Amino acid sequence: MERTSLHNDSLLYASLIAILLLISYWFTTRCFKIISGIEDSVEDEFELSTVCHRPEGLEQLQEQTKFTRKELQVLYRGFKNECPSGIVNEENFKQIYSQFFPQGDSSTYATFLFNAFDTDHDGSVSFEDFVSGLSTILRGTIDDRLNWAFNLYDLNKDGCITKEEMLDIMKSIYDMMGKYTYPAMREEAPREHVENFFQKMDRNKDGVVTIEEFLESCQKDENIMRSMQLFDSVI
Amino acid sequence: MAAGVAAWLPFARAAAIGWMPVANCPMPLAPTEKNKRQDELIILNVSGRRFQTWRTTLERYPDTLLGSTEKEFFFNEDTKEYFFDRDPEVFKCILNFYRTGKLHYPRYECISAYDEELAFYGILPEIIGDCCYEEYKDRKRENAERLMDDNDSENNQEGSMPSLSFRQTMWRAFENPHTSTLALVFYYVTGFFIAVSVITNVVETVPCGTVPGSKELPCGERYAVAFFCLDTACVMIFTVEYLLRLFAAPSRYRFIRSVMSIIDVVAIMPYYIGLVMTNNEDVSGAFVTLRVFRVFRIFKFSRHSQGLRILGYTLKSCASELGFLLFSLTMAIIIFATVMFYAEKGSSASKFTSIPASFWYTIVTMTTLGYGDMVPKTIAGKIFGSICSLSGVLVIALPVPVIVSNFSRIYHQNQRADKRRAQKKARLARIRVAKTGSSNAYLHSKRNGLLNEALELPGSTEEEQHMTKGTSLIESQHHHLLHCLEKTTNHEFIDEQLFEQNCLEGSMQNYPSSRSPSLASARGLGTSCCSRRHKKSTHLPNSSVPATRLRSMQELSTIHIQCSEQPSLSASRSSLNMKADDGLRPNCKGAQITTAIISIPTPPALTPEAESRPGPGSPATNAPGAAASVVKVSAL
Repeated sequence: MERTSLHNDSLLYASLIAILLLISYWFTTRCFKIISGIEDSVEDEFELSTVCHRPEGLEQLQEQTKFTRKELQVLYRGFKNECPSGIVNEENFKQIYSQFFPQGDSSTYATFLFNAFDTDHDGSVSFEDFVSGLSTILRGTIDDRLNWAFNLYDLNKDGCITKEEMLDIMKSIYDMMGKYTYPAMREEAPREHVENFFQKMDRNKDGVVTIEEFLESCQKDENIMRSMQLFDSVI
Repeated sequence: MAAGVAAWLPFARAAAIGWMPVANCPMPLAPTEKNKRQDELIILNVSGRRFQTWRTTLERYPDTLLGSTEKEFFFNEDTKEYFFDRDPEVFKCILNFYRTGKLHYPRYECISAYDEELAFYGILPEIIGDCCYEEYKDRKRENAERLMDDNDSENNQEGSMPSLSFRQTMWRAFENPHTSTLALVFYYVTGFFIAVSVITNVVETVPCGTVPGSKELPCGERYAVAFFCLDTACVMIFTVEYLLRLFAAPSRYRFIRSVMSIIDVVAIMPYYIGLVMTNNEDVSGAFVTLRVFRVFRIFKFSRHSQGLRILGYTLKSCASELGFLLFSLTMAIIIFATVMFYAEKGSSASKFTSIPASFWYTIVTMTTLGYGDMVPKTIAGKIFGSICSLSGVLVIALPVPVIVSNFSRIYHQNQRADKRRAQKKARLARIRVAKTGSSNAYLHSKRNGLLNEALELPGSTEEEQHMTKGTSLIESQHHHLLHCLEKTTNHEFIDEQLFEQNCLEGSMQNYPSSRSPSLASARGLGTSCCSRRHKKSTHLPNSSVPATRLRSMQELSTIHIQCSEQPSLSASRSSLNMKADDGLRPNCKGAQITTAIISIPTPPALTPEAESRPGPGSPATNAPGAAASVVKVSAL
């Protein structure tokens, strides 16, 4: 009887030993994974992005844009101060822009701006992009400026502004105001504003605003014309 | 707005081109740059070392010495440079602050020297960057402690205390026995009695020689009366002490909940319970158990010993580590006990009668005690027994040094974590303050600008300059940018408090208006222009006090301007704007507006206005505060 019970029990012992061994094995491999995992993540952190970009020479930029030499110098110094690596990526751009609007959320509008400045669509704004955009806005003719604004609104760059695109833009502008406004921000405010806009701009009522309609309507509107002249004195 | 991105302000203003075509209202005029100078290099000579930078770099922070006209005092005409007779090493950090917007604290620098330099240059230490802030705060705290120690020792020598109430002196005496001789005496007396009490507890149980004719008795029963007297004396002292502490405690509720008072209560309770209980056989057993609690009197020593308190605290902070150790030990014990039980099940006359019975064997073996009262007899049992003792060495011996080092590590870490948490709160608060600061700056300047327009002081360029002396060109450009955004969306920035007020007011709408409105037309303040044009009702309810202001030109003699904090000022200012277009707030609570409108014989050219305090949601809370801070300013 003892033998049979021993025999039965030995199965139990064997299974117990097997379980213990499995557990210890699992623990050791877990530990190794944890340790190596830590090392991996530590290594990842040390990957630095050392992309650096240098702009073209001053003379070339002077030819391409309408800024004077001194203005370019001032602009570049400010640019390089905030982005020592010479290019701005979207995150950086959003962060810089958000510092001007402490109360609201300017990230969406900053994204649209970034896409408008990034003319070659390579995901980063270099000094040339930056300065050529500024040159159009600050030193261009009113038509140039209106064209640039149209380019900004036209999110998919297909030549016409749909109501959805305009709504996105409008919402992003209203987001910049933040929560604490008077009168309190209502949900329909951007939509109403878009309706207003389309009523004014869309001549043939086809639901989209083309560049010609845009230019025509803007040129007829005195307020817009006057506000475009504000940019003459920015730099 | 961080001045570091001041250089990007032209970009931000250019980016406003996206708002222009969609705006319905005309944009405000841009601020003109009065004296547009070419950017020039200026030379700063600090104790012989020359630093050079652009003038605009320094002007980023106009409220510091270098950014304002204060530096003109240091201008040296002969050498055409600014000379400062200060430390050039620290000046490096300060100049870097202007360049990068971040102020760093160099570790090799003495904290008080650094503070002095910052104070000289008009820079607040709170703007030290996050990278160096912790170090700075640590050093500052050490320095403060050092100063405090010095002060304390001075004070103690002087011996002059501010007069405290009797209760406060008592509490101080209890907490810090060195303050007076009486406290010291009390301290030693209680310590003595604690020791006496503990020793009697111990000696009570010692067998004390035999009384002839009976078996050996413990001393407690032989000299029962003596021990009882001692016990009574100790408990009386402890009770008196507890009651005195209770009386003197500044917050009785908190005192009752504190650990030390619980220990006190537990220490004296058994005695009283014993008094109350008679020699009832049933409960005497329980009474005997209660006497065990008398041993807790030993914890009363922790008031007398700093080390005990620290130990208690570190145990408390190490509780999670200890708990984990206990848990893993329990797991190991259960595993091995189970294994041993089944291994020894077969053998005859085995002491391993059940798994719980095996616990004892496992614990004794794992802690390498090895009493030998239970030993395995089967081969399998011996194998597992040896595995158990080997793993016991590992399981017990390894964590102990780890726990010990954990003590010190966790102790310091807790300190640092608390510090970081406190600093994080402060850091977030600073960020919030900076944000609200910039938005408040905008609201402030808006108010000033509107005040200017409202007062219609045309030729008062001095006034203008006085109003805007705090705002540099960059700030005015930034404010212009925000103003354009307001115009684009037909909404205005207001601060949080006012917003909440509006929400409250929006929900309380039914108040009859008694005064006649008129404002709308008279207001050329250019607020929400477009909505004004869409206004359905030009009749403003009475409580739109600003409405009444301009109307009642003949009726105003004094301006009640609130001198309270900015928010309420800007609140009332924005209320001025608010009331003008009233789409959302048809009626206001007239009775809660307290405006002083008194007749004034002024010509219409001067249009003073009475600031009103907009009706708050809870008038009770606002009114006393507001009333307390009203200042009368003569409009003349």
